[in-house]
Amino acid sequence: MEQEILLGDEAVALGAIHGGLSGGYSYPGTPASEIMEYLIRAAQKSQAFRASWSVNEKVALEEALGVSYAGKRALVSMKHVGLNVAADPFMNAAITGANGGLVVVVADDPGMHSSQNEQDSRYYAQFSQIFCFEPSNHQEAYDMTREAFDVSERLGLPVMIRMVTRLAHSRSRVQIKTPKAQNSLHYGDGKDWTLLPVNARRRFKLLTEKQKELIRESDASEFNSLHLNRKNTELGVISSGIAYNYVLENFQKNEERPSLLKVTTYPLPEGLIAKLVDHVETILVVEEGYPFIERNLRGMFGLCEKEVRGKLSGHLPMTGELSPEVVRHGLEMEPLSRRHISDFPLAGRPPQLCQGCGHRDAYDALNRALVSYPESNVFSDIGCYTLGALPPYNAIQSCVCMGASVSMAKGGAEAGVHPAVAVIGDSTFAHSGLTPLLDAAAVDTDMTVIILDNATVAMTGGQPSYASGEKLIRIIEGLGVSKDHIRTIIPLPKNLETNIQVIKEELDHKGLSVVIAARECVQQARKKRGS
Amino acid sequence: MKQDIILAGVGGQGILSIAHVIDNAALKEGLNFKQAEVHGMAQRGGAVQSHLRLSSEPIFSDLIPKGSADMILSVEPLESLRYFDYLDPEGIVVTSSSPFVNIPNYPEIDEVLSQVLSVPKNIIVDSAALAQEAGFSRAQNMVMLGAASPHLILKEENLKEFIRALFQARGDKVVDINLKAFDLGRDASSKKR
Repeated sequence: MEQEILLGDEAVALGAIHGGLSGGYSYPGTPASEIMEYLIRAAQKSQAFRASWSVNEKVALEEALGVSYAGKRALVSMKHVGLNVAADPFMNAAITGANGGLVVVVADDPGMHSSQNEQDSRYYAQFSQIFCFEPSNHQEAYDMTREAFDVSERLGLPVMIRMVTRLAHSRSRVQIKTPKAQNSLHYGDGKDWTLLPVNARRRFKLLTEKQKELIRESDASEFNSLHLNRKNTELGVISSGIAYNYVLENFQKNEERPSLLKVTTYPLPEGLIAKLVDHVETILVVEEGYPFIERNLRGMFGLCEKEVRGKLSGHLPMTGELSPEVVRHGLEMEPLSRRHISDFPLAGRPPQLCQGCGHRDAYDALNRALVSYPESNVFSDIGCYTLGALPPYNAIQSCVCMGASVSMAKGGAEAGVHPAVAVIGDSTFAHSGLTPLLDAAAVDTDMTVIILDNATVAMTGGQPSYASGEKLIRIIEGLGVSKDHIRTIIPLPKNLETNIQVIKEELDHKGLSVVIAARECVQQARKKRGS
Repeated sequence: MKQDIILAGVGGQGILSIAHVIDNAALKEGLNFKQAEVHGMAQRGGAVQSHLRLSSEPIFSDLIPKGSADMILSVEPLESLRYFDYLDPEGIVVTSSSPFVNIPNYPEIDEVLSQVLSVPKNIIVDSAALAQEAGFSRAQNMVMLGAASPHLILKEENLKEFIRALFQARGDKVVDINLKAFDLGRDASSKKR
């Protein structure tokens, strides 16, 4: 059988292609970006399906929904917080249902390696009442994605695949199976897809009635497994996704293992859980993310005459990422012997802006321009430039979510912050900055927006930006910002004095102004040169 | 047969290229492997690490349990220290002695190296000088792969095959420089045994 070395993300992508994918959509975000990177490379090679970056996750999900309506198979991928952006179509797609298979891949980031929170997407699957897979390894990431399209069409609902960073960014071997053909065009029923109350009430009732079928599907899934240890009725373990691996890591030999239920599908396989719970006195739940299974199992009053352990009980930590040793502790096993660690002070090495990066020069100019305004506040956004929060710049006071710099600066200005400055990148601006700037332009808010235009989505590896260069300027004009107060600077050391002057002039302008700091990302420039 | 390796370095030093070569050699030799790596924010000049697990048996966790790494392979001396609690008491540290100073509070290099020397099994190689000698200052990663190679459970010929494959697209000269870097690292490491 053919095998390939793939990242977990790439296994999802190849599983989708071999599951008969017709269209893939996404917005870059760690740890999900490599799914679309792989799809785009494959689509360029085969020309057999569509794969492209969208302007944001909401747009991506709606594009995928259009493919599904047309009867074909679609995948949309995003990082966990991207699903917040796409939550509107996500929730409503559970009401319209899926016509062609619709798979929503969401990559969570426990431990916040490259994110602003640890939200657990399984709650979104439960919230919208759709089926969800949680692979534990690369082969399952491939197999489940391939299968998810069938499940989606069988249930008539979107299906979620929940990834986590450690699987998304781990590489291993995957056995490749025979590709399936794409669907032909067959439209959905307009009455199911037009969510007027009269239709939506009927569809929502149907969705709730389908839940029993979803649980049956989960109980019957070949990806779940139950091992009952007949000699040990004390401890049983329920573990999901990659947490299952951390349990096995601590019981290398089969005969040492306690009773163990591996959960990879949601809604929870109630029949399998009942069998495990019946067999043991104490149940330890090991799961990556929030205590989702544990809370469901415990309910408000706990299980009668059984002890439920996990994050809520304090056996495992409520925050951060699991690891083999954290799970070992939860299993109440002795730690492995390690080297004695000396108290040698290890200087930290945080990430930083690249040498020669234009953001450095932009922050130098901004910091110098703001010296004479001690009451100023700089609201910032999601991207490489968030690193401006760290020394030596210490240049920004906020970073919340995509586009929030512009809206927060407007709110701040209206509360009396002066000068109120927003710092946002070109792609983040395209993603979610246009609408708040339209807001600010409508009332000519006294604030200054600095758009760092490096012509790419840099932090995630250089994906295309849809609002850069001349087009960016025309968009800003179109939103209603006065031409006199749309200024462009080139952030280079030699331009420092000029740039300070331009920024100061716009800070002093009583009204809305936009300063575009335009210079290509140094990493992208290097790639183009081929070094 | 198993080998758990922590690869360490600073974002941009090419530790994922080392991982790529080892992964492919392992696949060729019929071994199972899992390799967890770091993408995104940390890659911007920060500390980066990769957990690389090779085994003839099934591998469960993508992460190496603390206390069971057989090797720390680091392209930067300070970075090698960051993962000492992963090392098996019998494990080996293979590290470059060439500091990458992009932080203001980098410790005295002699103190860093004396920490490495406190591990009974250690190999310290001047990767910067050897990469220069090979003809490309950024080939330090291949110098360090060479330095580790006598202690890996993989065949040298297989490692070299995938070094060739990795750099092929950039021409024969680049391939030769990287192979030379590997050889210089291996020879320097063997002399210390």
